[in-house]
Amino acid sequence: MSIMVDLPNGMNRRHFISHLMGAAALAVPAAAFTTTLLANATDLKKRHKSAILLWMGGGPSTMDIWDLKPGAPTGGPFKQIATSADGIAICEHMPLMAKQMHQMSIVRSMSTREADHMRGRYAMHTGYVPNPNVEHPGYGSVVAHELAAQVADLEIPPFVSVGSGSVGPGFLGMTWAPFQVDSNGNVRNLDTGIDPSRLEQRLKMLSTIENKFIDEKRGGSAEDHRKVLDKTVKLMTSKQMSAFQVMQESKEAQEKYGTTGFGRGCLLARRLVEAGVPFIEVDFGGWDMHADIFPALADRKLPELDRAMSALVSDLADRGLLDDTAIIWMGEFSRTPTINGGGGRDHWARSWSVVVGGAGFKRGVVVGETSSDGKEVATEPYTSQDVMASLLKSLDISLETTFTAKNGRPMKIANSGKVIKELFT
Amino acid sequence: MVLPRPVEGVLTECRQVSAEGSVMVWAIEISPLPPGFRETSLRLIRAAGLVVVFVVLGGRMASPAEQDHFGIPQVKFINEQISSSWTDAGLKPSEAATDGEWCRRVYLDVIGRIPSLEEVRAYVADSSSTKRPDLVDRLLGDEFVDDYARNWTDVWSTVLIGRDVGNEMVSRPGMRQYLRRSFSKNIPYDRFMEELVTATGANANRKDADGFNGAVNFLIGTLAEDGVQATAKTAQIFLGLQVQCTQCHNHPFNKGKQNQFWELNAFFRQARALRRFNGSRDIQWIELVDEDFPGEGGNAEEAELYYELRNGLMKVAYPVFVDGTEISRSGYVPRTLESGENIGAHRRRELASLIKASPLMAKAIVNRMWGHFLGYGFTRPADDLGEHNPPSHPELLDGLSERFRQQSFDLKELIRWIVLSRPYALSSKATKGNHRDDPALGEQPKFTHFYLRQMRAEELYESLLTATEADQTRGSEDAAKKKDQWLSQFITTFGTDEGDDATAFNGSIPQVLMMFNGDLIKQATNTGKGGFLDRVANAKMKNAGKITTLYQAALARNPSAKEVAAANELLVARKGDASGALQDIWWAVLNSNEFIINH
Repeated sequence: MSIMVDLPNGMNRRHFISHLMGAAALAVPAAAFTTTLLANATDLKKRHKSAILLWMGGGPSTMDIWDLKPGAPTGGPFKQIATSADGIAICEHMPLMAKQMHQMSIVRSMSTREADHMRGRYAMHTGYVPNPNVEHPGYGSVVAHELAAQVADLEIPPFVSVGSGSVGPGFLGMTWAPFQVDSNGNVRNLDTGIDPSRLEQRLKMLSTIENKFIDEKRGGSAEDHRKVLDKTVKLMTSKQMSAFQVMQESKEAQEKYGTTGFGRGCLLARRLVEAGVPFIEVDFGGWDMHADIFPALADRKLPELDRAMSALVSDLADRGLLDDTAIIWMGEFSRTPTINGGGGRDHWARSWSVVVGGAGFKRGVVVGETSSDGKEVATEPYTSQDVMASLLKSLDISLETTFTAKNGRPMKIANSGKVIKELFT
Repeated sequence: MVLPRPVEGVLTECRQVSAEGSVMVWAIEISPLPPGFRETSLRLIRAAGLVVVFVVLGGRMASPAEQDHFGIPQVKFINEQISSSWTDAGLKPSEAATDGEWCRRVYLDVIGRIPSLEEVRAYVADSSSTKRPDLVDRLLGDEFVDDYARNWTDVWSTVLIGRDVGNEMVSRPGMRQYLRRSFSKNIPYDRFMEELVTATGANANRKDADGFNGAVNFLIGTLAEDGVQATAKTAQIFLGLQVQCTQCHNHPFNKGKQNQFWELNAFFRQARALRRFNGSRDIQWIELVDEDFPGEGGNAEEAELYYELRNGLMKVAYPVFVDGTEISRSGYVPRTLESGENIGAHRRRELASLIKASPLMAKAIVNRMWGHFLGYGFTRPADDLGEHNPPSHPELLDGLSERFRQQSFDLKELIRWIVLSRPYALSSKATKGNHRDDPALGEQPKFTHFYLRQMRAEELYESLLTATEADQTRGSEDAAKKKDQWLSQFITTFGTDEGDDATAFNGSIPQVLMMFNGDLIKQATNTGKGGFLDRVANAKMKNAGKITTLYQAALARNPSAKEVAAANELLVARKGDASGALQDIWWAVLNSNEFIINH
């Protein structure tokens, strides 16, 4: 069958063919594919979805940032300020984000169960509590797995983790593991120092050994090793690696995001979104403030967060990328409303906030509320799996998707979480 | 007194031949002959100024079934337990691993590196029926004591203080110095635990610091916030109990209760980490001391602490061990008053005695060691023995723990039993009769074949040095720091107060890039004069022999016909530059799954 189609604007033949190949891999009947292609022809190039997770390791105190209780005994010293979104007020130390809140929404009715760092980290990344018999895939691996076909010509990893290891791919396998770089976008050991033809000869020898060992049926990790080898080779020779060169950005751009680790991480995230990477996690740790929390927030953490996050939101919006890029801001839990004897707050999972925006999310709204002292969720509580389900919906990923874990057990995507309906129109 | 380790066999004859001065000679006959014994073997025992010489006069050779456990009753016990679990599950074990595979595995697991070319050749060439126990004897003996101590220092540094080098409270060199000494001397495990749990002194070995004791580094970085982390880590490592969640609430699915956490925590309340400054504002070293704990109510005779329930109510706790044993409530460090009255209790020492007496201590270490050698412990994770997490082989775990206790907690004996057992000697190739035994699929392990696992980063590092015969002063502090520096590229910290960390050395792309192009591999594959590749290239043998040498050095086997053909293609491509072609082959071998995966 031969069908003549005009190439969509801005799309070269190679790009187009790779889309075709990606679709073929999914075994979509050619005719059906062509229809969809024609329908979307004008914006096919731009329309790849991505998500950016801003991960606040250590557990940020959300009642000092997004859900203030001024005057309450638990409220702390910070004042709230009005924002660009009607009726939404946030912390006075977030003045730049205050101008972007019409692009974002706050879920103030999070209520989770894990208040231990590692367990909370796992639960918020996967939608599951840790289970000794199954390793669940994290957000990044799930989204990369679901969206990889839309960027079939992507040669760099579909899940990039900036500054931290995120959570692993679990039963989806090492192919979907986070590719970890530092916030300067440095990828170590890229240069082989030998000419390509020699590298190819070496790789042929290597694959002889690899395959022999795999054929001996000693276990899955032998095969996993080869898959990662293949991806590494692809990446080493790819022009797309230039997306990581965040230092190539203009001085103004770097200033706008802030010349901090998190600032550069957010700038790098935008470059990777432009390159087509479906999932980027940017790590910003150090929120575990059991003592002297208020000066640490006001002087150190919030200014860095405010500048980088607001730059990211506005930059994506200015470039027309925000409609296809979901942003999600959260940590493993929040901190106790009660201020402890050392002027700090401890671990707290019962009532807290996450912030989302972009892609299919409704913007400029607040979902849910907490009690006047911040200790209880006063409306319908939402959990880790609900946030995950909502993110997937914002990216048009079907919530009917079911994976098969290595033990043969079916696993519904996002652990059957329910969509937070107020985040969608 | 040095006694030979117990052997199994029936003493069929035993008579005194002579006694002269302090030397006695006895003639004995044992059937079957234990491993390493043959006719005319001599065994010496020195005790109480006497020398007793046993001359083995005879005995029948061990039958194959007896060789299966090399005359060691504990090995026999493991084999029986494991085979009955195979029968119960309807599984058939894989065949035995080859000599090369077994040799590589036991070097990696016992001393943390692959065998050198000479070592693997010598082992494969040995035709003795006791070559396995003989090799294990050597690996656990004086000859390899530095390698052994280096490996277990690496393993235990990770267990005790993690891999994060950023915690300024902890001196890694100090910790390592303590561990190296402990493992060189093979101090019994109960004493090891006690030294770590009760340690006091300075954390770093500085010339102006008094009372250096590297063991303090285990707890010294975990005492902030009332020692919550010290409590959690001690319970997890030495008792196999995961109590960190019960800090805040009763655990929903294990029996842990919040009061148990805080009662255990009370044992750590006398411990204080004191920063010592020296003229400047920089911390010079940190000292772990025990001080009177006045209690949160101010009465040191009844020194209590308070913790908060989820509903906001406060409750009181005194030191009570996990099995319910209470100790004195006094917060005073022991002393004698002027009146002659003795008061106080040393809380951490009391805790160490209670841990020592608890059956959980032996179970936790046996489970950890089993997991180290067999890839999976009897529970997952190996340091969670809570009631909610039943072990795969409860009788084996209990029995082995009991035997370990009877053996005075001698870690080298425990290692000997495990590595000489049948499951440890099986091939990693799965068969039709056992492919469904795959713990990676979430099943409980049945140990019908050897489970693959990637080398730890430290093992890879040391193995590359071994394979390339790099001249290294192993086990020195300088070498350890160099290794730390290399390891740091794989380490991520999670930005929490608890110093949680993880390693990206897990089969990721950065790891493959490091093996493709990193400095370490460049060094390993350099063709400089006098280096390993140069020596192989210039050796007086045919190219086939050189290729075989590379395979044996890295993979402990000979190349297959297909691999020789692929290697020959490289020789052709390099147009007679044998050294360049060997470099390509060597690069490929070192980058293979077979090299980096312990199989």
